[in-house]
Amino acid sequence: MTISRRTFLIVGAVTAASVALPPFISVQASIANAARPIKASVTIWVNDEPRDLDLDTRTTLLDALRENLQLTGTKKGCDHGQCGACTVIANGRRINSCLTLAVMHEGSKITTIEGLGTPQQLHPMQAAFIKHDGYQCGYCTPGQICSAVAVLGEIRDGIPSHASPSLTEPPKLIASEIQERMSGNLCRCGAYSNIIEAINEAAEASA
Amino acid sequence: MRPFTYLRAKSPAEAAALAAQVSDSRFIAGGTNLLDLMKLDIETPTHLIDVNGVGLDRIEATPEGGLRIGALVRNTDLAADSRIRKDYGLLARALLAGASGQLRNVATTAGNLLQRTRCPYFYDTHQACNKRQPGSGCAAIDGFSRQLGIIGVSTACIATHPSDMAVAMRALDALVETVKPDGTTRNIPLAELHRLPGATPNIETTLTAHELITAVTLPTPIGGTHIYQKVRDRSSYAFALISVGAIIQNDGSGRVALGGVAHKPWRVESAESVMPQGAKALTEQLLAGATPTHQNAFKLTLVERTLAAVMAQAREHA
Ligand SMILES: Cc1cc2nc3c(=O)[nH]c(=O)nc-3n(C[C@H](O)[C@H](O)[C@H](O)COP(=O)(O)OP(=O)(O)OC[C@H]3O[C@@H](n4cnc5c(N)ncnc54)[C@H](O)[C@@H]3O)c2cc1C
Ligand code: SF4
Ligand code: FES
Ligand code: FES
Repeated sequence: MTISRRTFLIVGAVTAASVALPPFISVQASIANAARPIKASVTIWVNDEPRDLDLDTRTTLLDALRENLQLTGTKKGCDHGQCGACTVIANGRRINSCLTLAVMHEGSKITTIEGLGTPQQLHPMQAAFIKHDGYQCGYCTPGQICSAVAVLGEIRDGIPSHASPSLTEPPKLIASEIQERMSGNLCRCGAYSNIIEAINEAAEASA
Repeated sequence: MRPFTYLRAKSPAEAAALAAQVSDSRFIAGGTNLLDLMKLDIETPTHLIDVNGVGLDRIEATPEGGLRIGALVRNTDLAADSRIRKDYGLLARALLAGASGQLRNVATTAGNLLQRTRCPYFYDTHQACNKRQPGSGCAAIDGFSRQLGIIGVSTACIATHPSDMAVAMRALDALVETVKPDGTTRNIPLAELHRLPGATPNIETTLTAHELITAVTLPTPIGGTHIYQKVRDRSSYAFALISVGAIIQNDGSGRVALGGVAHKPWRVESAESVMPQGAKALTEQLLAGATPTHQNAFKLTLVERTLAAVMAQAREHA
């Protein structure tokens, strides 16, 4: 193996270092860096169960859920934060699982569509989507439902949105608020009007 | 994505020091911009330093009567903070006009400031782009430039800075606090954080290598009517074509910063004295020397009309 400029720089920097490098970042690992995957372990609580994972540091939370844990309910649409199909709830907040690394979630509590409800015991939001036909192909649906569950929580917690007329009064549980807050979830089939009806019904039921 | 090692830093000074000890390192905060660019091989770090655990996630009152926002405060939490909503409404409004609920839950204050341009040719690695690959040329200047910059641009690059939050912070005279790998700290006025493209559009800020942003400080509130008006191709979850961030006092005086027109949030303090004369006079001064392309010259008119709307809205409030 030829010594690259990068290797040389690391060696040089380490000798001059004031803060010691953690032992697992060895110069050897840095050489390997150029070519081979680097593994790390992480424990993530997924749908209330601790899951120990040993994975390539490049693995997104989305790929860890789908490929390592076979939880394929969460969907990959764009892989770039532009569609919302990968939405899951992390520590109570909805996020795009495609734009976060699995290794960044040590100890995080993740809820996916599989953890919200089961076919025998549906989450009220899942039931409302079925009742109102809030989908056609269903590809965006797990993300829509996870997002919608979190949206109702955000309104309840008083978090303002672009559609809130006032910043100082608590936001209201109304269609304009729900529409704006759901803008991060695209539906290629255009089931939007039924999606809003489903969320409205779940919102009224929870109010 | 290229392979990389992953490290969690425990303090700001440690993060900066660690970053300097390894080559090709990047800090990762929310990751919503960095990972997007790593997937496309536009960013190719070999070491990631996770700064989420360095303890910079609080918003504190300053002795001067302002607020100090930790670099890791999430966009959602900043927009929802009662002090921000009451005294710095412009900032809350700008944040809420950006991205989506999912992204704002993760995006951080420092990451938002340092997000990179959305120029389509910067994103397409098959195209010439001086920012991505210095010296390769700029495919945007004679290409689809509708979304790109009209002022402060150069013959090397006409990209814009995409942040909404930064526009509000510019109008609010925010200060950026940092720590360097040797442990020294400094304050940079937000006005001086982002550079114009010039001949080196790849150098986007005045930060030095591995300098970590630790906080953004807002001075004492100045009152007035706070308005953020963003004009975009769809009404939500889209970047600005242009945006106006304004704080207007009852006598018609005030401050204005623009988004979507330049490589940095655009503010011309000397132009603000003509505000009481109306949108036309103000636009002429704010955008004096603009060099739009054929495709984005409409932004000149759009800025003037949006300013007129914002000033009318402020008069209704007064
Ligand atoms: C689909 C989509 C739509 C969007 N729409 C909008 C929009 O309308 N308006 C808008 O303003 N933004 C928008 N964004 C961008 C979003 O706001 C940014 O991605 C986000 O703010 C970046 O923050 P982060 O914490 O995730 O940064 P990261 O991705 O973690 O980091 C970004 C950069 O900052 C550096 N960095 C992070 N923290 C520090 C620190 N403390 N010190 C020094 N360097 C640091 C990183 O090394 C990296 O280079 C959109 C993004 C997406 C994907
Ligand atoms: S405008 Fe700037 S970012 Fe866009 S292609 Fe030209 S050099 Fe690259
Ligand atoms: S797959 Fe994550 S937002 Fe599209
Ligand atoms: S139901 Fe097909 S994408 Fe939404």
